[in-house]
Parts: sequence; structure tokens; C-alpha cells
Amino acid sequence: MAVVYEKTKLLTDKPLHYCPGCTHGIIHRLVAEAIDELGIQNRTIGIAPVGCAVFAYDYFNCDMMEAAHGRAPAVATGCKRVNPGNIVFTYQGDGDLASIGAAEITHAATRGENITVIFVNNAIYGMTGGQMAPTTLPGQVTTTSPYGRDPKLCGYPIRISEMLATLDGPAFISRVSVHDVKHILDAKKSIKKAFETQLAGKGFSLVEVLSACPTNWGMTPQESLKWLEQNMIPQYPLGIKKEVE
Amino acid sequence: MGQKMLMKGNEAIAEAAIQAGCRFFFGYPITPQNQIPEYMSKRLPKIEGGCFLQAESEVAAINMVYGAAGAGARVMTSSSSPGISLKQEGISYIVGAELPCVIVNMVRGGPGLGSIQPAQSDYFQSTRGGGHGDYRMLVLAPSSVQEAVELTQEAFDLADLYRNPVLVMGDGLIGQMMEPVEMPERKPRTDLPEKTWAATGWEPGCGRDRAIINSLYIDPAVLEKHVNHLYEKYAAMEANECRWQEEMTEDADYIIVAYGTTARIARSAMRKLREEGIRAGLIRPITLWPFPAAPIAAAAKHAKAILTVEMSMGQMVEDVRLAVEGAVPVHFFGRTGGIVPTVREIITQVETLAKGGH
Ligand SMILES: Cc1ncc(C[n+]2csc(CCOP(=O)(O)OP(=O)(O)O)c2C)c(N)n1
Ligand code: SF4
Ligand SMILES: [Mg+2]
Repeated sequence: MAVVYEKTKLLTDKPLHYCPGCTHGIIHRLVAEAIDELGIQNRTIGIAPVGCAVFAYDYFNCDMMEAAHGRAPAVATGCKRVNPGNIVFTYQGDGDLASIGAAEITHAATRGENITVIFVNNAIYGMTGGQMAPTTLPGQVTTTSPYGRDPKLCGYPIRISEMLATLDGPAFISRVSVHDVKHILDAKKSIKKAFETQLAGKGFSLVEVLSACPTNWGMTPQESLKWLEQNMIPQYPLGIKKEVE
Repeated sequence: MGQKMLMKGNEAIAEAAIQAGCRFFFGYPITPQNQIPEYMSKRLPKIEGGCFLQAESEVAAINMVYGAAGAGARVMTSSSSPGISLKQEGISYIVGAELPCVIVNMVRGGPGLGSIQPAQSDYFQSTRGGGHGDYRMLVLAPSSVQEAVELTQEAFDLADLYRNPVLVMGDGLIGQMMEPVEMPERKPRTDLPEKTWAATGWEPGCGRDRAIINSLYIDPAVLEKHVNHLYEKYAAMEANECRWQEEMTEDADYIIVAYGTTARIARSAMRKLREEGIRAGLIRPITLWPFPAAPIAAAAKHAKAILTVEMSMGQMVEDVRLAVEGAVPVHFFGRTGGIVPTVREIITQVETLAKGGH
């Protein structure tokens, strides 16, 4: 019998702790497949964030480090500078990367740090129970914007990919989504491309993945995918934002 | 390099680190320690495998140290008081993840932006664990440029030995003054454990477990076990690494306790007091943690009083009081805000004690 689908060896056997319908799991799988297909397991180091993906070090089957909240790009920098032959990636949420870690990601990007960043944007602080994130949409209800995010009071959502694409340092930046199969396949391509960018020594690469948090959005998994498509994509247009040949 | 050279403390510390095998430095400018990153930025790129990087903040710098240490390198960062405050979260993570590194604090006046003049007012922060959680750090306090060289070099070995950060704490003067120093090349100790825990790339069957550099232990029982393990290391540090210098304590009626630059001033005061016929002695803690409580307690047995002198409003004096346990009165004299106590001021303090004052 031909095998049409199997577990990638880049994920451990540890059961994922993510909520039903959470798309963190899909994104883990895509990252793991990319590392596997590129044959770089033995030299890849992953940096886990503080956020729902904090236990990523238990899931990715390679050497891992756990960073303080927002600091993964700095940790990745130290790691990569010591062993430039390693392939170093960070996996960060939107609170982690776009709020508390805004300085670290910006400077890693502008230095052209030869690392890969997987940026999971779910427009909310998942792990702490659904507070407003810098990426929360105008009008979106969260536990700290109970009347809906009011831009007059707390500003507008931050578009990290577009912002970083204005810098000279980054070599590859794209925004993808995982709300349906077609987009999942596109996401996979971008993630692989990001790792290839690092392998080629071209410099900083980042893939922003729009992701669903049914638990804290207060929706069923199906509703959350629809909501992502209808509300997040207009705010966060998909596509390659920067690509250096 | 065996001959004596005239060097500024900060530059000597940087060169000493390089001679001890430090190849990675991450830092952010702040006075009075700028000569350390400046020196590193000149030297490290010329050394094979060396890397100097100016970070975007002290927060980023200490997390770069975390990443570099996690990858198995000898790595250092330096800063001064406000910057060290920013590093505290990272230091706590480094301790939790059991990573070795060396951190230099050239202390300046505080609180807040304070001043850029020398101070010792970060004693509490350094010896009590300035970041969150149950932890300790070896704190080495040199009182000369030569000692700064030696302690910096040793700091790398101690960090590797215990898998814990080591803090070299100088008051700003130690960094700024020029003194003749000998700069030995220093090979790492040969009894250091191999860094088999470092994240350098892994695959099944490669001969070691998958590396996970981490300080998260979500199960309280497991975290308690982890912290107990850290405290076993601290007990070993207390047993093996406590250092101090004693001068003329055997017959002393009045014992001055001081560290760093203040100890040098106190030494001059002690000599003048002896000339006057007042039997003064000096205990100079070299490790601020672990604190040399035993020699202070022993000296207190036959002394009339103890005077602690600091460039602060009185921080180490609390440890001196704990050591003495009320056996004799413990007095304090300090200047703060970046003001250095004078020999005359210390003499006056001891004279007052000798006359039965205070
Ligand atoms: C210094 C610090 N501040 C706050 C927290 C609490 N905290 C943990 S996770 C998190 C938000 C994570 O949100 P995000 O990065 O969007 O990841 P998600 O859980 O949504 O995947 C916060 C604020 C912390 N651990 N450390
Ligand atoms: S809280 Fe949200 S982001 Fe976190 S695991 Fe659950 S669904 Fe996923
Ligand atoms: Mg989030």
C-alpha cells in the first residue's frame, strides 16, 4: 500500500495541547515539513516564544530554546552568531512579536539577521485568555476591549509585514493564511521559501501566518475560519511583501 | 602578553575576557562602561570566530547572551546600573535555564537616571537576585585593575563550572582608573564539564539527547525540584567560592568592612589610624555573594565595634549585621549619589568610635 500521508519526523510524539480548531497545530506541521523536506533537522535550532506556542520545544523534533516574552529574535541572533552553520528559526505570536518584542523583531530584520521568523497572527493574546493584541481589529471585542477596539483610544492594528518590508535588511517577507486547504498549501510554499532564503545566506526572512483562535474569539472552529477570511484578510492583505533575488 | 601594561579598568576587563576565551559580546552604550564594548568592537572582529554586536537595548543584549550561551559559547555583556536593571528579566531566565555567562556592572549613582559617577548602590540588586524568582549569582567585586583582570577571567570558569551567570561588579572608578596590569593568557580550567547540553544541532542517534534550553516547568513539583537543584549549586558556591581579604584583624579593636574602591580608601584610613595608636583592621569581601560572613563573625569576637563603609546609604551593612548577630555594634558610614568617601571621613568615624561616641 502506498503511503499518502504520514507524520513528519520533525514533530515529536507529544500530543499538542492546542484547543480544538486552533490553527497553531497546522502551522507547526507546515514548519516541520519544510525542515524535513530541506533535510536540515540536524542543524536546525528553533526558538519558542511566550504565548500559546510556549511548549513548541516539546513538539519540534530538533534542538530548541525557550525565549522570554518577545525576545526570540534576540535569542536567535545570539545563537546564529555563535554557529552560523545552524538554521535558526523563531516561532512567535502577535503579542510576543508585534507588542512586547517590537524592538527585537525590527532590529533583527534591519540587521538582516540570517534567521527565519514564523509569525502567527491571531489578532489576540491567546494564552492569557483573549486580551487585546496590537493586531486586534478595529471594533473587535476582547477581554480588555469589551466594547470593541476603539482606534481613538488605543490606535490601529499594526501591519508588521508591510512595516518590516520597508527596511533594507529583510530578504523575504510574506503574509499567508491557513483558513482553507488552498491557502495552507500556499503557506507551506512561503515557509519553505523562508528557510531556503536562510540556507542561501540571503538574510532575514519572515512569514506572517494569519491564524484562528476559536477559543478566545468565542466561535466554533468553522466560524473562526470564516471570520478570519472575511475580517482579517481585508485588514492584512496576503502576498509576498518583499523578496530579494 | 606577560609584561605589565598601563590599562584603564574597562579595557583591561575586556582584554581579560578575550584572553579567557570570550568570543562573543553583546551590549548597549552607557556611561561609565563604554570602553568595554568599544574595546570589544575593535578586537573581536579581528579574532577568528569572534563577534561583537551592539544590541538595540540592554534587554536585547542579555537575550542575545542567552542565545549565544545556549549555543555553547563563552559570552559576556556589560552595562551600568540602569542598563543592568533592564537586564534583570533576562538574567533570571539565564539562571533558570542554567546557562553560563559573564555580566559586568560598572555601578553608577541611582536611583533612576541618577548620575554617571561611581557608586555601590546596586549591592542589594546584585546579591539578592535583581530579577524574579528564587536564585543567586556569584558576585565578584574587584578593588584594583589587576584584580578586575583576574576575577573576570575566573568568572568565565566559574560560570561554566556552575552553569550560572557570574556578575563582576565594579564601582565606576574601577572601570575608569588606569593602573599597571599583567595580562596573562588564560586557558579554561581543565575540570570543566563538557557542554553536552548546548543547542548546536541534533538528530536521532547523534549521541546525545535533544537540547532544550528552557526555564519553564509548568508542574509545581517539577519546578520545586528544579529550584532545589539550583540551590544545591548555590550551597556548593557558598562552600567553595567565598573570598575575602583580611588585614590586621588579629588584634583589631575596630574592624572596617568595605569592598571595591571603598576598601582601598579604608585601607589608607586603617594605616593612619594604626599610626595614631588606634588598632584598626580591614575585611574586604571579594565575593559579595557568597558573603564572607564567617571571617567577619570571627573577627567580631574580639573587636569592640565594626564600621561598614560603602558608596551607598547602607546595603552591605545588612549582611555584616547578619554575620555578627549582635555580638558587637555594627556602625555604618556611607556617601552616595556618586560621591566617594575620603580617608579623613573614615578616620573621623573610627576616632569617634574609639572615644566612645556614636
Ligand atoms: C514579560 C511578560 N509579560 C507578560 C507575560 C504574559 N503573557 C504570556 S503569553 C502572553 C500573550 C501571548 O499572546 P501572543 O503572542 O499573541 O500568542 P498567542 O497565545 O496568541 O499564540 C502574555 C502577555 C509574560 N509571560 N511575560
Ligand atoms: S487559546 Fe487560541 S491560540 Fe491558544 S491554543 Fe486555544 S485556540 Fe489556539
Ligand atoms: Mg496571538
